[in-house]
Amino acid sequence: MMDFTEPVTWVASILGLAIATSGFIVVTSKNLIHAALGLVGALAGTAGLFLVLSAEFVAWVLVLVYIGAVLVLFLFGIMITRAPVGYDVDLDNDRKVIAAVGAGSLFILTSFAALDSFGDTALLGIGDPTSTGDLADALLGRFVLPFELVSFVLLAALIGGITVARKDATPIAVGETEE
Amino acid sequence: MTLGPVLVLAALLFSMGVYGVLARRNAVTVLLAVELMLNAVNINLVAFQSALQSPQALGQIFAIFVITVAAAEVGIGLAIVLLIFRNRRSANLDDFATMKG
Repeated sequence: MMDFTEPVTWVASILGLAIATSGFIVVTSKNLIHAALGLVGALAGTAGLFLVLSAEFVAWVLVLVYIGAVLVLFLFGIMITRAPVGYDVDLDNDRKVIAAVGAGSLFILTSFAALDSFGDTALLGIGDPTSTGDLADALLGRFVLPFELVSFVLLAALIGGITVARKDATPIAVGETEE
Repeated sequence: MTLGPVLVLAALLFSMGVYGVLARRNAVTVLLAVELMLNAVNINLVAFQSALQSPQALGQIFAIFVITVAAAEVGIGLAIVLLIFRNRRSANLDDFATMKG
């Protein structure tokens, strides 16, 4: 299944190991900041894997949008909701065993199903990167309507986020002037 | 290289996300676990694009859409967590049981 004579297999294996380790840190770390930084590792590894899988544009989008923007948002959220940052034994609830059994059986089920159906399909795209021009043609051609829609969703979400999180949400009473 | 190991990695990452959502108590960590699950889906989409070689790079297009919607989701999610924290002085999901029957 894994041909270790190809250098690409080594690169992909190391990246996969890094992604799995970082993901484990995200869901088990007792320190919120460490969990967020674990997500950085998982996303960086995924970006590397995307480069191996010849998806260059998606890899750099992942780096820019996730590691650049979303993670900063997460760190803000952590630091606002939990001012004394540090180890916290209260981060997990008491359903850990049930959760682990459920997640483990889900992993076994999905990976067996995937291996059974697609385990031996060759990754033809390796070494033949998708050009950003092709992606742009598809995005602004066949997918132009979803593209515009998703940008509207993003705008609405950002305005909604600002409105929800705004500090001064109390309406001004009639006759009272805003200072 | 074949598709198999990549799909197993994505399944592992998704299961880790499921575990995180079920076992974590802090709202921000639950959102982090949801991001892991979305990331696993992105790995699947890009890997299938690499295997099936659809002419318009459909897998990568869908991965880009998933990334965009995930960014919107995080913005709204963290805003809600912030609002609840301001009202309840807590980001602990077990404290938000007012609607429990």
